[in-house]
Amino acid sequence: MIISPKNMQRGVVSILTAATAITVLILIFIIFFILEKGLPVLSLNFLTTNPQDMGKSGGIFPTIIGTILLPAIALLIAIPLGIFTSVYLCEYTKETIITKIIRFATDCLAGIPSIIFGLFGYIFFVNTLEMGWSILSGGLTLAVMVLPTIIRTSEEAIRSVPQIYRQVSFSLGASRWQTVKKVVLPNALPGIVTGVMLSIGRSIGETAAVIFTAGSSLRIPTSLFDSVRTMSVHFYILAREGLSNQNAYGTAAALIIAVLIINILAYWTMHRFIAKRN
Amino acid sequence: MRIFGENGVRRILMLTAFSAISALLLIALFILNEGLPFIFRYGVSNFLFTSEWIPAKGLFGIFPMIMSSIWVTLGAMMIGAPLGVAGAIFLTEYAPPAVMKIIKPTIELLASIPSVVYGFIGVMVLAPIIREYFGGPGLSLLAGCIILGIMILPTVISISIDSILAVPRSYREGSLALGATTWQTTHMVTLKAARSGIVASIVLGLGRAIGETMAVIMVAGNSVNIPSSALDSVRTLTANIALEMSYATGMHRQALFATGVVLFIVIIILNSIASTAIRKRKTYK
Amino acid sequence: MKKTILASLVVAAVFMLSGCGKSKTSITLAGSTAFQPFAEKLAEQYMEQNKNVNITVQGGGSSVGIQSANSGAAQIGMADLVTLPAEANGLTPTVVAQDGVVIVVNPKNSITNLTSDQIRDIFNGKITNWKELGGQDAPITVVSREAGSGTRSSFEEIIKNVNLLKNALIQDSNGTVRETVANDPNSVGYLSHGLVNEKVKALTVDNSECTPANIADGKYKLVRPIFLLVKGTPQGEIKNFIDYILSAEGQKTIKSDGLLPVK
Repeated sequence: MIISPKNMQRGVVSILTAATAITVLILIFIIFFILEKGLPVLSLNFLTTNPQDMGKSGGIFPTIIGTILLPAIALLIAIPLGIFTSVYLCEYTKETIITKIIRFATDCLAGIPSIIFGLFGYIFFVNTLEMGWSILSGGLTLAVMVLPTIIRTSEEAIRSVPQIYRQVSFSLGASRWQTVKKVVLPNALPGIVTGVMLSIGRSIGETAAVIFTAGSSLRIPTSLFDSVRTMSVHFYILAREGLSNQNAYGTAAALIIAVLIINILAYWTMHRFIAKRN
Repeated sequence: MRIFGENGVRRILMLTAFSAISALLLIALFILNEGLPFIFRYGVSNFLFTSEWIPAKGLFGIFPMIMSSIWVTLGAMMIGAPLGVAGAIFLTEYAPPAVMKIIKPTIELLASIPSVVYGFIGVMVLAPIIREYFGGPGLSLLAGCIILGIMILPTVISISIDSILAVPRSYREGSLALGATTWQTTHMVTLKAARSGIVASIVLGLGRAIGETMAVIMVAGNSVNIPSSALDSVRTLTANIALEMSYATGMHRQALFATGVVLFIVIIILNSIASTAIRKRKTYK
Repeated sequence: MKKTILASLVVAAVFMLSGCGKSKTSITLAGSTAFQPFAEKLAEQYMEQNKNVNITVQGGGSSVGIQSANSGAAQIGMADLVTLPAEANGLTPTVVAQDGVVIVVNPKNSITNLTSDQIRDIFNGKITNWKELGGQDAPITVVSREAGSGTRSSFEEIIKNVNLLKNALIQDSNGTVRETVANDPNSVGYLSHGLVNEKVKALTVDNSECTPANIADGKYKLVRPIFLLVKGTPQGEIKNFIDYILSAEGQKTIKSDGLLPVK
């Protein structure tokens, strides 16, 4: 039996609709599940007090500090390195064997499992460089982990800036670096921001690499060489060790809301930036 | 950066461009240095193809973990790839743009939910359902496949969407003008053109599934066991490292780094495939 | 962009330097997850009394404890093994507590006692259904610890001749064993006495309960020591902290939370 193209069309579209519906439903379920159980726990008090008894009661304040510091250090290092790398690849060199190797290395780095980053960070930063389990070890490990994401997305963004913009800038007598700074990067910004957002998400959500390098101390850090616990690690320990499911859900809900706010803020700033330029 | 001059800038940029390579080499160096000597001492085929993992007796065969990693990954792909690609096709080709505008950021938001949250939902919701209705301990290969399948959805969907959107409009218009239905256009023109990007999204999802650690530890039960059914508990390569690293000493510790070496090599091979596919897409454009 | 980067670098540098200039003595403990909660509590109490000391406690497991005490990443390693491995030869061990290993089942399970032989048969896969032991007709889910775990090696050393069945679930800490047993009505596992709570049911072994009295007169055999390991001879604040743990007050904390004091 031959199915007519029209019926085929109907059949396929309903299958696609169903698949999308399933996907969206699963994803909504996950967010709903966490928020439903976590939101009642959330309060200003929960966010600003110290955990008691390993987190069984009390708040999550020190883990918020960890969740801010670790990604901050990672990005402080990875953003300049990543953007400069992609500027070099796109604007300062032709396709050579070297650029191919750099790209291949970037792709490989992107695919390396976080547990391997954890092992590496543990022997390299924690032991060999004697930084111990610390904010610095964790931040540096995360920096290596998110570097390829930033390189890739910035490269994509820089490439999508039309060639004509550069030609105009050059014809006005601008140097290559001036062109990059004043023309290429501002126009590539939306794409770069997407990469940064992805990196923030990845470093906030990471557990395996962080436990091995930043440790899991619940105390408020006083220097970059102190161990720290991030919210993801805190959630993992609370949930898995059965210390307090309630506080685990609260932590996860706080995390989801924070990621949401960061996303919205970033897009908002970006749109304002674009609007201002036009 | 005025003080550096144009050439100085070039040199600085070139230096930073080597950061990714140096990072990769450094990681390779440290992991291989800890793991390779063990593999050669223990014997490559002994290590890869025997099934006894009893560190206390000096037996380190990772064949069950290799098989488990393969099964978990395949299972996750069977769930995540069709759902993800179908979702991407629907959102780009059939859904109203407004729907796409809402759903795409939502899906990307899900990419930043910590994997441990997925794992925990697997333990609390999925495992009891499997135990109740299908039998076995619940923490199983099946649970691992489903949770990983869901976890790779954002990766598969967002990269597939990008590559489908990259196909020029004129291709579709040409096909539609010739009287093809929208599905014929999608499947004969758009998908063919976007194929390498979609393949890349699936391979990247595959890499994510193989590399995931914490969620798998939570839901798969971690038995050192070649699975004979989807309800059996299994331990993946990543889980093996994370589970035992903390207590391992001597040979045992080296064997875990050696597990890391195997994982590292597999990922490098997979990424070579994926990046060839992605580059193809670029040359096509 | 240049300014922002410079500014952030300066901030980072100041932050790092401020860390170096602190006058507090820092002690890091790392290792055994069984002793970690106790160490944290003891550290809190000790720091109340000694404001100039800053004690950080990390988990990681006994082997991390030994490694980090050797490498200097931690000043005190914590280990809960029946016998210390060769790596610990250069370290000074102090036994600060004893820990019972308790066999636990889900509270829904009607079984209350197992003999050592039954335990061995369950973990070896010879007994696979609860009805063979007089319980409900349900397959047994065995939950064990990962290879190298101090609790597991103590358990296997004391029960003897354990060849763990292949499809036993493996969990990597006392807490996760407890959660797995709490979630699965058919499961059985073992964990540190200090971490048993109402979510699981502790069984008697050979009809004796895990109590200090039964351990003292040898009726309850599943016991292992908890070591603190220090490179060289403990000195200064490190020695003071260990002495505090061994003091009447420290031992009281250990006892009140389920471990067995050594003094």
